[in-house]
Amino acid sequence: MYSWIWHHLPGGTGAKSLLSLILVLAVVALLLFVVFPWVEPHLPFNAVTVDG
Amino acid sequence: MRDDEPGRTEPGCDDETTRFPAILEDFEDDDVRDDDLRDDDAPSGPPYGGRRPSARGDRWRTVARGLGELLVTVGVVLLLFVVYELFVTDLLNKHAQTQLSDQLQQEWNDAPSSTSHDPLVTGRAFAILHIPRLGADYRRVVVEGTGQDQLSQGPGHYLGTALPGEQGNVALAGHRVGKGSPFLELDKLRPGDPIVVETAQSWFVYRVLGDPGTGDFGTDPSGIPGQEIVRPTDVAVIDRTPDAVATAPASGAYLTLTTCHPRFSARQRLIIHAKLDGPAIRKADQPKGPAALREH
Repeated sequence: MYSWIWHHLPGGTGAKSLLSLILVLAVVALLLFVVFPWVEPHLPFNAVTVDG
Repeated sequence: MRDDEPGRTEPGCDDETTRFPAILEDFEDDDVRDDDLRDDDAPSGPPYGGRRPSARGDRWRTVARGLGELLVTVGVVLLLFVVYELFVTDLLNKHAQTQLSDQLQQEWNDAPSSTSHDPLVTGRAFAILHIPRLGADYRRVVVEGTGQDQLSQGPGHYLGTALPGEQGNVALAGHRVGKGSPFLELDKLRPGDPIVVETAQSWFVYRVLGDPGTGDFGTDPSGIPGQEIVRPTDVAVIDRTPDAVATAPASGAYLTLTTCHPRFSARQRLIIHAKLDGPAIRKADQPKGPAALREH
């Protein structure tokens, strides 16, 4: 999977490393600020209220 | 190993039929010429001339590697989620609390006498909670409503329950772990501990029910315990009179805090009951707040 991505990135090793880093940071940011907040309400340990 | 010198002979080595094993011969040559040893179906592999790995073997290897990478990725994502729950939500909450605090302070400074009569809309901040036992600087802006959006900003006020200072039960819910963890250490509250609620014009001091001397939570004559662990469905704890029949009238001015229990689980709820201790203290009389704020 990762070797496929690496293979398809443009540029030499230096450019690929930089692009990889940017991609990783972009994915992490996407996860932390979009995916996780969206998923969170559906998880059990956020329930702090009493309801019948 | 090559016998370079022309004409030189050694026992058993002087004719072409006696050669090194094909494997070593290929090693000497840059290009492999021995077709018998090459598997035409396989992609090019190491030049040692041995049997190449089959295409099926290669495919399985790729699958295994892909699966391995996927599993490691899933592991990293889960780890990232833990980091998110423990740190990122706290950060976001801190930001939200600062904003709410500034807004509320502004509101109170601008029109202190009118805001207390405005109807509360869900999402609106209306009070500040101080719990000295949890820190001298413990301070959380409380918003109306207990939905996920409200609770992610700070403790939320159950809709329909009493307002600070009123007869009945002021019920608040707050996160135990993450999102600022306002109620993380609720289990540290002891009987008699003050919980101070600050509104536009007043301070209200509530005290956790029970006997401060012995630490027993169940000594209040009303029978309401200062601390209890209940099931998530036990809505009686936020009734007008806590733990009474739903239709029972208000019999005093109470404050109830709810959060999850055990810490990382949604299995139960940790409940704190407190009762109003004394009349409202006007901010004009004690601008620095009641002495209870500086207890412990």
